[in-house]
Amino acid sequence: MKSLAELNAIKEKILKEKAEKIDKGEEIKVLVGMATCGIMAGAMPVMTALMQEVEKRHLKNVVVSQTGCIGLCNYEPIVEVLVPNMPKVTYIDVTPEKAVKIINDHVVNGQVVKEFTIDNMRWNKE
Amino acid sequence: MREISLHILDILQNSVAAGADVIRTDICFDSGSGLLKIDITDNGCGMDEETLARVTDPFMTSRTTRKVGLGIPLYKFYATLTGGGFDIRSKPGEGTKVSAVFNTKSIDCMPVGNLTDAILTTISSNHDIRFIFTFAVDGKSFEFDTDDVKDVLHDQNGYCDLTVYFHIREFIAGKIKEVNGGKLQL
Repeated sequence: MKSLAELNAIKEKILKEKAEKIDKGEEIKVLVGMATCGIMAGAMPVMTALMQEVEKRHLKNVVVSQTGCIGLCNYEPIVEVLVPNMPKVTYIDVTPEKAVKIINDHVVNGQVVKEFTIDNMRWNKE
Repeated sequence: MREISLHILDILQNSVAAGADVIRTDICFDSGSGLLKIDITDNGCGMDEETLARVTDPFMTSRTTRKVGLGIPLYKFYATLTGGGFDIRSKPGEGTKVSAVFNTKSIDCMPVGNLTDAILTTISSNHDIRFIFTFAVDGKSFEFDTDDVKDVLHDQNGYCDLTVYFHIREFIAGKIKEVNGGKLQL
């Protein structure tokens, strides 16, 4: 079992990586809607999947964070990807599997996963 | 919701929105009676009596994006459905305490779910809040306090370091498993 004491041992390494991350200056934000509506639709496993993929790929310039209700509750779970100097992309009905694809295609390779975006999906849904 | 842990995640968001800087989550299970008690205490802005009286009304919300607020009403509904109980106390300027008891022996009691992720996803996004989490089963207990890891969990911009995050996640999951000893079905 992991212990908290071990954290001090990996602290050095973390601080070094953090300094590199700040040097890069290109922070990509991935936001997950986590109000009652988002949680109920399954935002928690989506958030964990996003964080796991970011950690697995050592993407030190990517931040995964919660946000509140975006006001589109019937489209939850919603994930927003904010790349500097690019328009915000909103993904809807996200599942952990879709979350992994969003990280791989959009965040890593810069290719928006069009079939999961709100612009593409809302018409199918209505 | 499908799991009690998702309700906890949801109630924690209320405390975050109330501007709390210390949030306690105390979970206590007694295998004999099958009762699971969950207390979430914060030192946020609190509510006056009038607001407090309306807080379990689904058509009451402080949010502005829409007119319903289902978090607390649903939590209360599912706790009382099991034959448990629900209580909320609050004072303006002092904070709020939300308590719920679930009777896990009831057929209507939902699974507890992933407590570790419910607590940790909230911690990962709120670097300036101190979270204290206790988990007790039949007298055995375990406590986690973000003050113990605050130097390493978030960077200077307040963003969560995922290497540390997953380390702590494994630690808490292990501790919960150890304290629980298979008594509470997670």
